[in-house]
Amino acid sequence: MSGNPVVEVSDVTVTYGGRRVLDHVSFEIGAGEFTGLIGSNGAGKTTLLQVIVGLVRPDAGRVRVDGVVRTRGHSSFGYVPQKVALDPDVPLRARDFVTLGLDGHRFGVARRSREQRDAVERALIDVDADGFADRPVGRLSGGEQQRVLIAHALVARPSLLVLDEPLANLDPRSVQEIVALLSRVARQHHVAVLISAHDMNAMLPVMNRIVYVTDGHVASGPTDEVVRSEVLSRLYGHHVDVVHLHGRVLVVAEPDERSDHLGDHPPLTLS
Amino acid sequence: MNLWHLLVESGFLTNGPVRSALEVGTVSALVSAEVGVYVVVRRQSFAGHALGDVATSGGAGAYYFGASALAGFVVGALVGAAATNALGVARSARRDVATGIVLGAASGLSALFFYLDATHSAASGAAQQVLFGSLFSLSPSLLPVVGGAGAICAAVLIAIHRPLLLTSLSPELADARGVPRRAVGLIFLLTVALSVALACVTIGSILATALLIGPPASALRLTRSPRGALVLAGLIAVAVTWLGVLLAYDSFYWGAVSPGLPVSFFVVVLIFLTYVVAGVGSRRSSAPRRVGRST
Repeated sequence: MSGNPVVEVSDVTVTYGGRRVLDHVSFEIGAGEFTGLIGSNGAGKTTLLQVIVGLVRPDAGRVRVDGVVRTRGHSSFGYVPQKVALDPDVPLRARDFVTLGLDGHRFGVARRSREQRDAVERALIDVDADGFADRPVGRLSGGEQQRVLIAHALVARPSLLVLDEPLANLDPRSVQEIVALLSRVARQHHVAVLISAHDMNAMLPVMNRIVYVTDGHVASGPTDEVVRSEVLSRLYGHHVDVVHLHGRVLVVAEPDERSDHLGDHPPLTLS
Repeated sequence: MNLWHLLVESGFLTNGPVRSALEVGTVSALVSAEVGVYVVVRRQSFAGHALGDVATSGGAGAYYFGASALAGFVVGALVGAAATNALGVARSARRDVATGIVLGAASGLSALFFYLDATHSAASGAAQQVLFGSLFSLSPSLLPVVGGAGAICAAVLIAIHRPLLLTSLSPELADARGVPRRAVGLIFLLTVALSVALACVTIGSILATALLIGPPASALRLTRSPRGALVLAGLIAVAVTWLGVLLAYDSFYWGAVSPGLPVSFFVVVLIFLTYVVAGVGSRRSSAPRRVGRST
């Protein structure tokens, strides 16, 4: 990792009703890094993201974003929560919703400068949403809404973009498009991207770093160090193959009850 | 006799009570419509209706104690909003339950006051006036008070517009941006209470919901831009109020129904018709175009 980290999670512990959801978790994310937060449902991914964006206060430890101990309403990160259900009847165009990413927390009469309007246009173009910018945001498809949510998070030019399961409920083609788009945005704007997912395969081509969460503990490292058969097999607790196929890398688990770590697709068998 | 005189009975614009009715009616229609757009977007129609029911007990109490009905409506609705908020703030899923509990208690209080009004007080027709409005018997001195309350509602809406929208779209996004979500929700509910109290004076506490929800719901069927919805809802609300006042005034001269029909009746019928027509209009404009006929 070069330079100062964008996110430093140090020794974070969160307890819900006597259950330790996160247990002394520490890791760092560098500027512009594309990081996958991987783990099964209930492993603590959402809680960890909520600690990072300030929605959950840790019982111990702390999170620094851009070297500052974070508080609510921090402007140096953009956040896309899990399963945002936008009301189909809400009278807002995609453009209005992205504009709220700049000043939605401010009170009083909106006075928007030329630069701010330009920033909204740029964010819409960055996520290829300029074609439907004037349609009601609640009437867009799941993939289109996901783009608009990303533009909303991106428009204030944060140094970190945090997305909670942005690929869930999308068809395989939309998944590829969103991953490609996020990777492009990360490179163009040098913004670090932190994505939680239970399927790492879709992100393998662009992911620099993996933070693997299981039972409240994490293991993190550069993708090429973690995505190796012996490392993953140890993390998952059973045999996992890492297959190089036509220049692609695929993670393949034995077909057993824990294969959900690797995604919704049935494990591949190679003949 | 020209068309104007055919539609408008003589003296409509020079009649004192009619002028007061139009002035107070316009302010309360505008305020209800603007507040109502957010109520519909936030899906708080039930809370809005409940505030009307709570205002009923305030209005009925005011008649019994000989106070101004508007003061009763305002106090009733504000206390109702605060109580709903206090009971239901912990979880938004419990908001409907909290609203229902407050509504039930307030309706019991209304029953008590109407009973006392009917048996112990000289005020006659209290129930009729509280529940269904008294637009033609308003004192002209009410206008500055109504105008002031309306201005407060408008100022609050302008102040909290963006955080309120963000909170309505996604509580998580609002939290992450540091929006004080509970405070914004409470301030909004108090604003709804104030606007409902104004609507109570105009078309009565039972029908206040119609003015709060009807024009915004019609507007939202026709436009999808926030500014468009606010403008259209205001226009619809003012139009149905004026037309309602006009028809009620004219109805004094329709021999068969002497001494005329109530304003509230006409306003609510017009609101309903507008909603139906807006639905037909929106379906025609948004229906997917079909190639060929399905058989």
